[in-house]
Amino acid sequence: MLFAVAVFAPLLGSAIAGLFGRAIGDRAAQAVTILCMLLASACGVAAFIQLIYQGGSPGVVSLGTWVQAGSFHVDWALRYDALSAVMVAMVTTVATLIHVYSVGYMSHDATRWRFFSYLSLFSFAMLMLVSADNLLQLFFGWEGVGLMSYLLIGYWYDRPSACAAAIKAFIVNRIGDLGFALGIALVFWTFGSVEFSSVFAAVGDHRNDTYTLLGASWPAYEVIGVLLFIGAMGKSAQLGLHVWLPDAMEGPTPVSALIHAATMVTAGVFLMARFSPVMEYAPGALAFVTIVGGSTALFAATIGCVQNDIKRVIAYSTCSQLGYMFVAAGVGAYQASIFHLLTHAFFKALLFLGAGSVIHAMSDEQDIRRMGGIWKKIPLTYAVFWAGSLALAGVFPFAGYYSKDAILQAAWAAGTGTGAYGFWCGTLAAFLTAFYSWRLIILTFHGRPRADAHVMAHVHESPPVMTVPLVLLATGALVTGFAFHTQLIGPEWRHFWGQSIQIAPGNQVLAAAGNVPAWVDLSPSVVGLAGILLAYVLYMAVPEVPARLAARFGAIYRFLLNKWYVDELYNALLVRPSFTLARVLWQVGDAAIIDGMPNGLAALTAGGAAQAVKLQTGSMAVYAFVMLIGLVVLSLIVLLLLILR
Amino acid sequence: MIASVMFYVFAAILLTAAAMVVSARNPVHAVLFLIVVFFNAASLFLLTGAEFLAMILIIVYVGAVAVLFLFVVMMLDVNFTALRSGFQRYLPVGLAVGAVLLAELTIVLSGWKVAPEASMLRLAPRVAHVHNTVQLGRLLYTQYIFLFQAAGLVLLVAMIGAIVLTLRERSFSRHQDIARQVARMPDDTLVLMDVPSRTGIAGIGIQRPKPAPEPQPAPELEPAAHGPAEGQP
Amino acid sequence: MEVGLFHYLFVGALLLVMGIFGIFLNRKNVIVILMSIELILLAANLNLVAFSAALDDMVGQVFVMFTLTVAAAEAAIGLAIVVIYFRNRGSIQVEDVNLMKG
Repeated sequence: MLFAVAVFAPLLGSAIAGLFGRAIGDRAAQAVTILCMLLASACGVAAFIQLIYQGGSPGVVSLGTWVQAGSFHVDWALRYDALSAVMVAMVTTVATLIHVYSVGYMSHDATRWRFFSYLSLFSFAMLMLVSADNLLQLFFGWEGVGLMSYLLIGYWYDRPSACAAAIKAFIVNRIGDLGFALGIALVFWTFGSVEFSSVFAAVGDHRNDTYTLLGASWPAYEVIGVLLFIGAMGKSAQLGLHVWLPDAMEGPTPVSALIHAATMVTAGVFLMARFSPVMEYAPGALAFVTIVGGSTALFAATIGCVQNDIKRVIAYSTCSQLGYMFVAAGVGAYQASIFHLLTHAFFKALLFLGAGSVIHAMSDEQDIRRMGGIWKKIPLTYAVFWAGSLALAGVFPFAGYYSKDAILQAAWAAGTGTGAYGFWCGTLAAFLTAFYSWRLIILTFHGRPRADAHVMAHVHESPPVMTVPLVLLATGALVTGFAFHTQLIGPEWRHFWGQSIQIAPGNQVLAAAGNVPAWVDLSPSVVGLAGILLAYVLYMAVPEVPARLAARFGAIYRFLLNKWYVDELYNALLVRPSFTLARVLWQVGDAAIIDGMPNGLAALTAGGAAQAVKLQTGSMAVYAFVMLIGLVVLSLIVLLLLILR
Repeated sequence: MIASVMFYVFAAILLTAAAMVVSARNPVHAVLFLIVVFFNAASLFLLTGAEFLAMILIIVYVGAVAVLFLFVVMMLDVNFTALRSGFQRYLPVGLAVGAVLLAELTIVLSGWKVAPEASMLRLAPRVAHVHNTVQLGRLLYTQYIFLFQAAGLVLLVAMIGAIVLTLRERSFSRHQDIARQVARMPDDTLVLMDVPSRTGIAGIGIQRPKPAPEPQPAPELEPAAHGPAEGQP
Repeated sequence: MEVGLFHYLFVGALLLVMGIFGIFLNRKNVIVILMSIELILLAANLNLVAFSAALDDMVGQVFVMFTLTVAAAEAAIGLAIVVIYFRNRGSIQVEDVNLMKG
């Protein structure tokens, strides 16, 4: 019951704000949505506590039949187990804090009721996603968050760049969704149902099913795993389908914090964890997941080192951290990936909101090359930025330390080639993460002020409605790792997770992760500190060196600055040919051929009529002549018929 | 014997006159030839024993229709045009078509045989020794009375139609509208006034009508206030 | 030679053909067309009377009464139309009558 309220309260708030926002006014809309989110958050946390600590039992809350078509049966149902309870509690809490933050950040906006309605509707879609009991409902939530992401990225729809970014996000997500939809179809084909209860119960029975594609026969679980992961790649911005995430920074900062840090992009990781019973039997797919995750982590970290927009740096950081989570899922340590998801939600949302606070203070400036020297003027923002970055870099005892270390240890402990690849990519990425995080802090807050005097005069701390959520999130970033690591990834993890995450009998990764060599244990912290040190040296001690390095290694610098030219590659390979095809289909196919047919018929008819009109000469003599000829011919015919009879 | 000879004579004149009708240059001549055609046709009718119809033909056709034609021809002031050149263009085709038509008709009519039962199917058998007119009258006013009245209506409609078509409103003819005259009330025309003596007409308010004002020349149009003046680019 | 039904019918046919000939051959004026129509109607009447005499049936002559009536009415209306047409157009040359040109 509490669970259902937690999931549906945001929908109520969104509906009221969306439908009546114009009538009841901005403040009332904000109040309604925040109240509903608070209710949802309270219920979500209560449901979580009840399940985990008060001996509640997992179950399914059925809400009614949805599809009943032959053998395909799908219900509206909420799955109440540890995984979904954790996710619901996290999503509602973070979303509530961001709602409150947005009251301050969007105070100058003209249609605040629309923004809050969208935020609440997004929250509802995400909650539907994580609490779904079947793949179709999950897909409903999946598409819902995609839609809300489009609406929120393009919230300021009078900016062409925002509209383009929104479309890009939606289309790239769609490409992933194609794989996901195929995966759902294959699940139905293999198991006869898309409901999790039925699928997970029958996992052992269909292990040897194969699926024939393009003449070759593949194990069904492998294909399912790969297809679902392609969906996850789109949603979680992994290598290849990552191009939408940096552009999504066109949206307002609360949107970036909620959607592109804490919730929507983590849906892919959630999907992998939710489908752990099936994925465990698809080692090939898991290897693919690890490789892609590791590559993404490294790739995004390299780009983040040279970006100059404060939000872009954090966006690439998100992309990189998602890679980490997939590495963990790929080696079989789903618990670690969800744990990192949880801690990451807190400190990444914190970083984004802090960046929002900085932008707010610097009069909407986002380029860090034009910031600097403001740490004394906005000390609270500076402090939470430090907190978030320490958590991100994985410094003891902040949240990231526990989760990141767990992932890297698990990657090493897996003992496979892909695991090792994941480990080394992850370690290198950890070094780069620390480096660019402190580069960001130093360039933003320290040094000589590089903004003009007018902006510097206006630098002020954000109002309490913005700083209180920051402080609360910072608390989460500090405490979450320490408080939860034993329960989530310790030896007694089954006590926490129950049946929601299942691993194969041969999967001992989590246990082995506790027994890795000492150097593996220490390496994340060591490389983290090394990164911080390097950033200090390059940007505080000898600040003229980075520019000289960039000039010396110009090609590499430009390569990284232009995001490895992936966007340009896609543009040339896919976008331009699509536009050309569309233009040809429009101008030739549609306008000339399809429209040409009725138009041509009409022209033919008109031309024929114009020719036929020439018969009407108006001359009586001609008419009489024609009548006579007709009479003669007719009588001839009759005569001939009579004679022939 | 005499009847056959008379038949050939009348038929020959008939056909010659018909040919002259269609080819006469002077339309008045054409009408006169038409009258000849009608007369000869009436004679042919007489030869077959349709006396009443022959007389009716002369009275109606010659006396009314042909005269009407003459009226119209004379009224319309038709030009005496010479034969137009276009006449020759259609002549061969027309002759050919006419010949074909004639051939067809001849083929059909020459093989005409009367069926043996035809006499039993007669609708109104001719009675011997009764005058043709009497027989016609007996049939027309009893069996075919409805059609007879309908024919009368057709003539009525034709008469009304001809009048309506050619009626011209004469705007300058003053005719009396009796209804308007009768509907006139005293108040529209009479005003009783008390005329004091020695005041004259002007005293009771009857003024000499003012002379009509001289027609002013139209005022100069103001130059348009928009756009450049003419002559400027 | 004995004059029989066929002779009358043949005269009627010739009259018909000449009337048709006159309709579409003349270029002079519209009144000749009306006169040709009268010739055609006369041919029809001759046919009817001939059959009436041949079959000893009075119906033929009754029918001729009606045909005559209608022909007269039609001639009257036709001439009225010609008069008005001349009033409006000033000419009754056949070739000038082309207002119905499409």
